[in-house]
Amino acid sequence: MLPETLQQHEAAAAIDRDLPGAVAGGHDRLGETTLEVDPARILEVCRYAKERLGFNRLSAITCVDWHPSQPRFEVVYHLHAIRGHRRLRLKCRVAENQPLESAIGVWRSADWYEREVFDMFGVEFRNHPNLSRILMPLDWDGHPLRKDYPIHGFKYSYKDE
Amino acid sequence: MSWGEQEHPVATFALKEQTPDTPSSARRMTLNMGPQHPSTHGVLRIMIELEGETITSAIPDIGFLHTGIEKQMEDLTWQQAVTLTDRVDYLANLSNNLVYALAVEKLLQMEIPRRAQWTRVMLAEFQRLSSHLVWLGTHALDIGAMSMFFYCFREREDILRIFEMFSGQRMMTSYIRPGGLALEPPRGWDRAVRKFIDAFPSKVDEYESLLDANPIWMERTKGVGFLGVDEMLDLGVTGPMIRAAGLPWDIRKDEPYSGYDEFDFQVAVRDENDVYARYRVRMEEMRQSAAIIKQALEGMPEGAWVADAPKVVLPDREKMKTQMEALIYHFKIVTEGYRVPEGEAYACIESPRGEIGYYVVSNGTSKPHRVHMRTPSFGNLQALGPMLNGILIADSIAALGSMDFVLGDVDR
Repeated sequence: MLPETLQQHEAAAAIDRDLPGAVAGGHDRLGETTLEVDPARILEVCRYAKERLGFNRLSAITCVDWHPSQPRFEVVYHLHAIRGHRRLRLKCRVAENQPLESAIGVWRSADWYEREVFDMFGVEFRNHPNLSRILMPLDWDGHPLRKDYPIHGFKYSYKDE
Repeated sequence: MSWGEQEHPVATFALKEQTPDTPSSARRMTLNMGPQHPSTHGVLRIMIELEGETITSAIPDIGFLHTGIEKQMEDLTWQQAVTLTDRVDYLANLSNNLVYALAVEKLLQMEIPRRAQWTRVMLAEFQRLSSHLVWLGTHALDIGAMSMFFYCFREREDILRIFEMFSGQRMMTSYIRPGGLALEPPRGWDRAVRKFIDAFPSKVDEYESLLDANPIWMERTKGVGFLGVDEMLDLGVTGPMIRAAGLPWDIRKDEPYSGYDEFDFQVAVRDENDVYARYRVRMEEMRQSAAIIKQALEGMPEGAWVADAPKVVLPDREKMKTQMEALIYHFKIVTEGYRVPEGEAYACIESPRGEIGYYVVSNGTSKPHRVHMRTPSFGNLQALGPMLNGILIADSIAALGSMDFVLGDVDR
């Protein structure tokens, strides 16, 4: 359901009208529009936003870990339309081991951002051609930006010294 | 999940089958450029596949400079985290300070006094000059014009002295903080800035007289490194790269922040979309930056340099030692840190390299819950593979240099 504050918002209303049920909620705070999208339909919403609403740039994809609440991950897409300089934020709540559809077919820049989210949080993206670690070494264990990953890592502990 | 058992595309890149019977026309050579190659300006590894001297595929391999800055920020207070933003893009420290401050101020819903805003603009433009000067010097050095390096670093040294005058630091300034500036602009700053800015435009002319019509420079840069503007948008390229492809998109003009709408300047655009055009765009940007600094110098407003927010901004030293409330606030900010209301904010600015965006999430405590940095170098570097595809190996150095990435900014 689109909240009342967003009924007048052009892009939000269009997505809600043409893709019924895809938007689960959202808000318009601090001058930034956020839509909460059903994880199963994120690709559909991304494609619609690019092709019909003119969001021709993907600024970034990132993730926030809300451990221990469930579902723990919030994958965040920052969209930008060069024409009119509009910005839109899409969010998906996913649980651990719940894959998302890759947005690489919509914007090629999603490639490295999805790899980064996979590397740092362990969120998987289906149909990504090369979902491998990008910043950490290839043989690294664990996903460092998760909240249950200690800041000094698992290998070293200052307590033992 | 680890990559142990699965076939990793980077690891198996060089293992494509080639037997002695493979005809020489179909033979390809794999070349590892970096991670320690002088023209990659840091630790970037590029796996290049060559057919003769033509590049058939180029895959950048990044992460050698990953320092976990985003993770570390979650362990520091909002105030302390400023110091890490300096270290992200070590050639544009103040730009990173600025965007972090803007994001946190958005969450705090704080109004910044005009004098602080103008000082921020002036320093951010100085940062653009210093970053472009490093780029010009090293890019020219890669292509073979050694003397440029000395001239550029001569001017950059003057800018770093100005930074030192303001903040006490040449590079890791941490000068722009949520709430305003770290210190009051020092006495006599206007004289130092005026001395520099009066001389600088003629210095840009001097650089151009060395390069603009230099036959070797033109030969090596014209028509090299083409990438279509739609492809660039698709790949996430921002900044001077995309302006050299004919798209007049500059966040300073299109989504003005920190009072940029009060300044009069032009967005530098070129259509040729090659290494030479990127060079011309950056040269023009240096002139425009100098014009902005001049306007800031002439019209610098009087007044406070920090917001009136005693719970966020560290008190004046004098007050701290004479007033009890100031001492309490100082103690609170330094030990516990200030709390930022729950919520999320995205702030973006035009850095020397393109769009820096900080996505800041607060859970209402005195430490950030998450800070994501959308860094321009990371976005731009994705376009490296498509750009190098099909060009000569000798041209790859010029094409690489024209991207102006900083590996600290890529890997964070």
